[in-house]
Amino acid sequence: MGVTLDHYMALSALLFCIGLYGALSRRNAVAILVAIEIMLNSVNIALVAMSRYIGGQGMISGQMFAVFIITVAAAEASVALALLIAVYRTRGTVNADEINLMKW
Amino acid sequence: MPAGAEATVDIAQGLGFYVFAGAVAIASLMAVTLRNIFHAVLLLIVSFVAVAGLYLTLDAAFLAMVQVIIYAGAIAVLMLFALFLTRNAMTTGNAGGRLQLSAAITGLMMLCLFLYTFVNTRWASGPATPPAFSPDTLADALFTTYLLPFELASVVLLVAMIGAIVLVKD
Repeated sequence: MGVTLDHYMALSALLFCIGLYGALSRRNAVAILVAIEIMLNSVNIALVAMSRYIGGQGMISGQMFAVFIITVAAAEASVALALLIAVYRTRGTVNADEINLMKW
Repeated sequence: MPAGAEATVDIAQGLGFYVFAGAVAIASLMAVTLRNIFHAVLLLIVSFVAVAGLYLTLDAAFLAMVQVIIYAGAIAVLMLFALFLTRNAMTTGNAGGRLQLSAAITGLMMLCLFLYTFVNTRWASGPATPPAFSPDTLADALFTTYLLPFELASVVLLVAMIGAIVLVKD
């Protein structure tokens, strides 16, 4: 039952598609953010698995990219939630299909 | 390393992978489908912790710790706070939008595309015995090769912090 790179890549693809489905199908903005975090996590799994199975000694670019993705995800979450609270104050809703001021 | 010990490590890694992968998949699927959004965020935390377990099976101990501290600790708590501050979200629930069916089709098609690509790809083969990563190696690379991105990351975090404060200030 040796686990290969393909196992991790398949899991990563599955997680990414679950996140994609959630981001497209939910109405609540917090739920959309939850789905986006799942997608970011799936990419991290792929990068770390690549780093483990393909990278040689001292080649840790995959893990390094994962570290930077986690940093950017933290920044993204804080700004997105601040935006969400600002929108809730002015419009009283966080449903994505009711925030349609800029929709033509 | 004697052959017996190597086989034991292999079995432990395989077992860990299947346990954590199942936990991640189920928790994530429930997080995007549950109607109660509070439960969805709690399941997201479960998924984050299981991903940390997956990192452990990949010899990335430092990343596993970072995952637990930043994702399960900081980001999830941030989301719970946002949930409580936008209170009507709790009462109206997490109803699906009109895009439910098309979203499912898009996701399935994307999954088929990914799996088709992976099956038809021959990955570059790495070393037979994977190198042992330690936080030392990571720190060496972070402060030499990746010094500029490291400094830029601090700027990004500062800008995000100031931006978040300005956005929610009255």
